[in-house]
Amino acid sequence: MSRPPAPGRAGKTAKPPEAKGGGRRLNIGAVRSTFAPWNDPDAVPLVRFEGVTKRFGGQAAVDNVSLDIYPGEFFALLGPSGCGKTTLMRMLAGFETPDAGRITLAGQDLAGVPPHQRPVNMMFQSYALFPHLTVEQNIAFGLKQEGLPRGEIAARVLEMLDLVKLTPFARRRPDQLSGGQKQRVALARAVARKPKMLLLDEPLGALDKKLREETQFELMDLQVELGVTFLIVTHDQEEAMVMADRIAVMGEGRTVQVGRPEEIYETPSSRYVAEFLGDVNLFETRVETIEHPMAHLQAKDATAGFYVLDDDCPDPGSTVWLAVRPEKMRISLDPPADGARNVLAGEIWDIGYTGDWTNYIVELPGEKLVRVARANSQRFVERPIGWDDKVWVSFDPDAGVVLTS
Amino acid sequence: MTSRPRSRAVILPAIWLGVLFAFPFLLVFKLSLSDSALAMPPYAPQIDWGGGLAAIKTFFAALDFEMYARLTSDRLYLDAYLTSLKFAAGGTLIALLVGYPMAYGMARCKPATRNILLMLVILPFWTSFLIRVYAWVGILKPEGLLNVFLGLLGLDPVSLLYTPTAVQIGLVYSYLPFMVLPLYAALERMDHTLLEAAADLGSPPWRSFWQITWPLSLPGVVAGCLLCFIPMVGEFVIPDLLGGPGSLMIGRSIWMEFFANRDWPFASAVAIILLFTLVLPIVLYQRQQARALEAGR
Repeated sequence: MSRPPAPGRAGKTAKPPEAKGGGRRLNIGAVRSTFAPWNDPDAVPLVRFEGVTKRFGGQAAVDNVSLDIYPGEFFALLGPSGCGKTTLMRMLAGFETPDAGRITLAGQDLAGVPPHQRPVNMMFQSYALFPHLTVEQNIAFGLKQEGLPRGEIAARVLEMLDLVKLTPFARRRPDQLSGGQKQRVALARAVARKPKMLLLDEPLGALDKKLREETQFELMDLQVELGVTFLIVTHDQEEAMVMADRIAVMGEGRTVQVGRPEEIYETPSSRYVAEFLGDVNLFETRVETIEHPMAHLQAKDATAGFYVLDDDCPDPGSTVWLAVRPEKMRISLDPPADGARNVLAGEIWDIGYTGDWTNYIVELPGEKLVRVARANSQRFVERPIGWDDKVWVSFDPDAGVVLTS
Repeated sequence: MTSRPRSRAVILPAIWLGVLFAFPFLLVFKLSLSDSALAMPPYAPQIDWGGGLAAIKTFFAALDFEMYARLTSDRLYLDAYLTSLKFAAGGTLIALLVGYPMAYGMARCKPATRNILLMLVILPFWTSFLIRVYAWVGILKPEGLLNVFLGLLGLDPVSLLYTPTAVQIGLVYSYLPFMVLPLYAALERMDHTLLEAAADLGSPPWRSFWQITWPLSLPGVVAGCLLCFIPMVGEFVIPDLLGGPGSLMIGRSIWMEFFANRDWPFASAVAIILLFTLVLPIVLYQRQQARALEAGR
């Protein structure tokens, strides 16, 4: 079940994604192909975490995590610091031993296999370049350990230097390189051995924003080019969304939700996921009635009623949270047309202008604040929305997600 | 503009070096070029400060290298130099072999334990050096602690006091902290993830040591070796208290020339030669280091 070889990122763009229940499709920016081995019952995972637990001083850093990663996948572990994502990766590399559970790689149980015998390589957050060796020698380090003949090592090093465009810097030492160059040396060193799997611990964390964006695409190209499975640990949701085929959102040592970026963003399974990925407005509500395909929700403080799709909506009387993303809300100075649903009246509380977007913080009755994001698609408007304006906020019934936890 | 404050900052150490090193050095150097007189300073020639330029000229004319010539004529001194170098080299090597594992273990401990161990390494300095060396006499003498202990184990007594072995033990014991501390500083600074990276790239632990830990600790090794080797060569107390006639070291012969023979000019010549044998390798090493640093740029 490996992706068909194709030049550049073309391997990742193919047919539009499969339909999701009721003929509706998730809106995706980057169409990510038919590559979905996790939906294929015959696909064999490359790495399996089975009920893996790791405690540090009684505290579970990783708590009963089960996860399958498939060959050729770009998989991201996403979560805030201290959620156990790094510990999970370090157990795969062999630097930590699980207290319970099993990790297998290509069918082989990794228990008791020391780090230097595991067919995975890691790119460290600090890069961990050997300061006393040149760029060349750093890249050759792993190949030397395998006892390859000199000529072969030299050829492979040249190939790697070319891959990361560092050929002119071969003789430099790490302290004579910029942050971005160090990052590429670390990458070249990690892939030089052609590992079955490349582990990347916050690979772009130390780079500035512009370089980070460029490097994201370079990493994606590189992954397709090398055909190596990537596992990346990051706290940066954008990084994970842009690069990964699948993301596991982690919290307090557990995987909270695993899925493609758009699934996690558009159909979060809990408030935790909804709040961790991007911004979200949450309303605590009670289910009033369900008239398929619509559900009627009433805000707990009785200030508003909502009509949303009844997907996964529990029975009337239950307490649920309605999650609506800021960019899926509309804001206007005039009331929306009659018959529009989910209309809320409020007052501008704050405005954050970022150039491409403007974020409006609107105060609703009952001192509830909601965030509405509007793309600045026009340079000029008749009457811009200003501070203390009375505004109308509305959203479509299919914009909201009903969450039970 | 920026060089100004820096050049001013150099003044203080320069004064320090001038008063406490350059001036005494010149005094000793002048002495070494003077002629021996029986058991009393001052030694000829003397500058006649009232005599003007001519007097200064005669002063310089009277200086000669006679003492240095005498050094080469007697094998005793060459042997003493060689013995000293041999003892110092052996002592430094043993101190390195003993000190490296100590420093390595300390650097790997938890920070709290580390500080205690560090204290223990420094602790001997709270006692006078002389007393510590005397303590070794008590340990090594025929009826000393060592032989009592060996007797308890049912082993034959050994007679170590006044042998070269005793000197070697004394040297290693006394200078071990000077080896451990710079090694510890170098090892403690090392980033542990480098070893993880090495393991990740397929290097088993013992190879990681030689490929990563050892080369990165080299500055500490060099500093520790210099700190041990240099004072060991000139060591006077230890061979005097623990050594026998077979272990005449250069420090002791300088002492004898100064205080027993009262031949200050000759003693100064011996001291000057010692200084040059020690300084030269350091200067060469530093120049090579500087060149390596520049080549890397």
